Amino acid sequence: MANLVEIRDLKVEATTDSGRRVEIIKGISLDVADGEIVALIGESGSGKTTIALSLMGYARPGCRISGGSVSVAGKDMVALREKERSRIRGTEVAYVPQSAAAAFNPAATIMDQVIEITRIHQLMSPDEARAKAVDLFRALSLPEPETIGARYPHQVSGGQLQRLSAAMALIGDPKLVIFDEPTTALDVTTQIEVLRAFKSVMKKGGIAGVYVSHDLAVVAQIADRIVVLKGGEMQETGTTEEILNDAKHPYTRELLDAFEPKPRGAAGPAEPTPAPLLKVDALVAGYGPRQADGLPLVRAVRQVSLKLEKGRNLGIIGESGCGKSTLARAIAGILPAVAGDIVFEGRELGRSARERSREQLREMQIVFQYADTALNPAKSIEDILDRPLSFYHGMDRKARSARIDELLDMVRLPRNLRHRRPSELSGGQKQRVNFARALAAEPKLILCDEITSALDTVVAAAIIDLLKELQRELGLSYMFISHDLSTVQAICDEVVVMYAGEKVEQLASADLASGAKHPYSKLLFASVPKLDTGWLDGLDQQPELVRALSKAG
Amino acid sequence: MTMTTSSTSTKSDRISGTRLGYRFNIVGIVGLTVILSWALVAVFAPLILPYPVGEIVDLDYFGPMSRDFWFGSDYLGRDMLSRILMGARYTVGISLAAVTIACFSGVVLGMVAAVAGGWLDTILSRFLDALNSIPSKLFGLVVVAAVGSSIPVLILTLSVIYIPGAYRFARALAVNINAMDFITVARIRGESTLYLIRSEILPNIVGPVLADLGIRFVFIVLLLSGLSFLGLGVQPPYADWGALVRENIGGLPFGAPAVIFPSLAIASLTISVNLLIDNLPQKIRDRA
Repeated sequence: MANLVEIRDLKVEATTDSGRRVEIIKGISLDVADGEIVALIGESGSGKTTIALSLMGYARPGCRISGGSVSVAGKDMVALREKERSRIRGTEVAYVPQSAAAAFNPAATIMDQVIEITRIHQLMSPDEARAKAVDLFRALSLPEPETIGARYPHQVSGGQLQRLSAAMALIGDPKLVIFDEPTTALDVTTQIEVLRAFKSVMKKGGIAGVYVSHDLAVVAQIADRIVVLKGGEMQETGTTEEILNDAKHPYTRELLDAFEPKPRGAAGPAEPTPAPLLKVDALVAGYGPRQADGLPLVRAVRQVSLKLEKGRNLGIIGESGCGKSTLARAIAGILPAVAGDIVFEGRELGRSARERSREQLREMQIVFQYADTALNPAKSIEDILDRPLSFYHGMDRKARSARIDELLDMVRLPRNLRHRRPSELSGGQKQRVNFARALAAEPKLILCDEITSALDTVVAAAIIDLLKELQRELGLSYMFISHDLSTVQAICDEVVVMYAGEKVEQLASADLASGAKHPYSKLLFASVPKLDTGWLDGLDQQPELVRALSKAG
Repeated sequence: MTMTTSSTSTKSDRISGTRLGYRFNIVGIVGLTVILSWALVAVFAPLILPYPVGEIVDLDYFGPMSRDFWFGSDYLGRDMLSRILMGARYTVGISLAAVTIACFSGVVLGMVAAVAGGWLDTILSRFLDALNSIPSKLFGLVVVAAVGSSIPVLILTLSVIYIPGAYRFARALAVNINAMDFITVARIRGESTLYLIRSEILPNIVGPVLADLGIRFVFIVLLLSGLSFLGLGVQPPYADWGALVRENIGGLPFGAPAVIFPSLAIASLTISVNLLIDNLPQKIRDRA
């Protein structure tokens, strides 16, 4: 019995809707030593969460552990009876879920939920448990550790809640903690604090961890060893240093390459056109009833001005809630702006899409983040692409059919896909269809609202390459909204940094890191994790600045 | 290569799906069979009647089940089987017409309200809520008593009573669909409301709307039978099933089959519609 965790030839089966049995984990073996943090990395569907859950002897509904053994601290979780398993859960193995917001009961105080494990397993008296919880809060560098437990989940921020769910996991003194993408839903500036807190608590307590993530850079900061998974099979395993610097497997290298997309080659000087393609002047947009001063209650975009030259790309970057999506919606006319001008190709546009001519609507298209909701599930791909063709261009049936083939070629999708429905496509394919629909209008400007954020890194990199290629061929301009700095850098010439509804700074994408002057942009750029194991420890940030600027902090 | 194989397999799935139709479970098949046989009876009633509907053929009244009169005879000695077969026309026909009008208007109004929003939505919703607050039986009684009972009046009254429910149901579904990005995309493409409700929203709510149509049909059958039982429905000499129960209620102390069989007919139709919609094929249920 050398290692804390020994997984041997684990197989997990799932039953599909049509009743077919599919093996989703195909014989995985891995070890976790005492006090070691092992990261499971891979794209969605690679089985990383399934493996992590099997450490608690749990398989999600429809799944079944069909073979192999999972030994945790000498006990085989697969062979144990449910009652014995539940005795181990929380005391020897604990779990930190991806969405802490969904994991907490909104109707109970945080303290009651954090010490619930000690009550269930009768580990200690409630008073002792509360004292211990406060110690944990302090160790996780939560603000006001004495009183934060009395609050309800909605009264703390997302980053704090995530650390509180770690406290919940740690209170039973587990030997092993499973982290299931705990920072994926957080902003970069918040992510740093959470990662730091996790790391110090785990190191201090000598607790072993399994860290599930799709983000290599995050994993590099916290893990001792990395296991790369794809399609339920182990591709490569090694120490973090080995994987980062000397990856053997082609898939690992693909992941590493996708992390840093090739920066956009310096575009030639913009054509000296008298008018820019899009000019936004002092735009104000928001939600809620209008106040006495004629402005909405919540002003999500305040006095933003920007300019986009033809054939160039503009990136909008900022954290969740900074107003970047609202800006795109206001420009597209979905949410009519309250004040300010939008000038497109020298002509002023109506604030609401209803006031714009069909031609104006055609020339500016928007592509949304979630291809799942942006494509009508009841229609085939053919019908989805067909509509803009007949609507804007009035093509006859034959011309439309030929054009759909062309569009599918353009976005690198096989032509026979046209008869399928969106639910029969993968996430990346859906996003391509989504993009093809925008192209069908033959626009001059495409607003891309976080179009790669819901995709895996490798898939997202392919989409970015596609965007660049289409730009060269069709002379498009993009306005690219994202929270991910490296994607924006890969495609944009200029980047606008937004903070709390205001434009903070506009920079050329080449000198983002060096040229930033505003403290917020500096903080934002410094917070993007790097593929370097020492990055987090070497990072020097003033906590006051972070707290002042990151609302979520 | 993987791409081609997977696409051909989905394609063949779809073809077999449309060819073989939908997969029902056994309870659903039983429900469907009963409904279809009542529908056939309604259509072909005149051809299969053993005796003319209005003719007194039995010497006895409230006669028992016999070789000549399978379902016995009624309070005047008319053949009960013929009366029930002919009654199916009224019960099924009136209910079907009413449910069609109610669901069509309700669903269209509901989708329009969801897409248009604003004051149109508010006015429509409040007006139909007000209509909904009147007890259905009372409303039916008052209208039919005031205007007089005829088949068009019955159909219209029944459909007006059930429009608010269909409206509420469709609006609730459509509001959810309306919040999706593909609606936003269509909206800023410049599409009209008509296109939005017909091509973007309707295909996504048609499954639950069909199920709702079934439930509403049952309600209408019951309300129509209730009105007829109270004497305000189909008027003599014609009779739907509710009226047949009323005519023969005097036979109840004698355990006459004349009062039991129309009741059974109503029960068999409503229960089988319920069974059918509870066991609709996965494909229809999953449409939304």
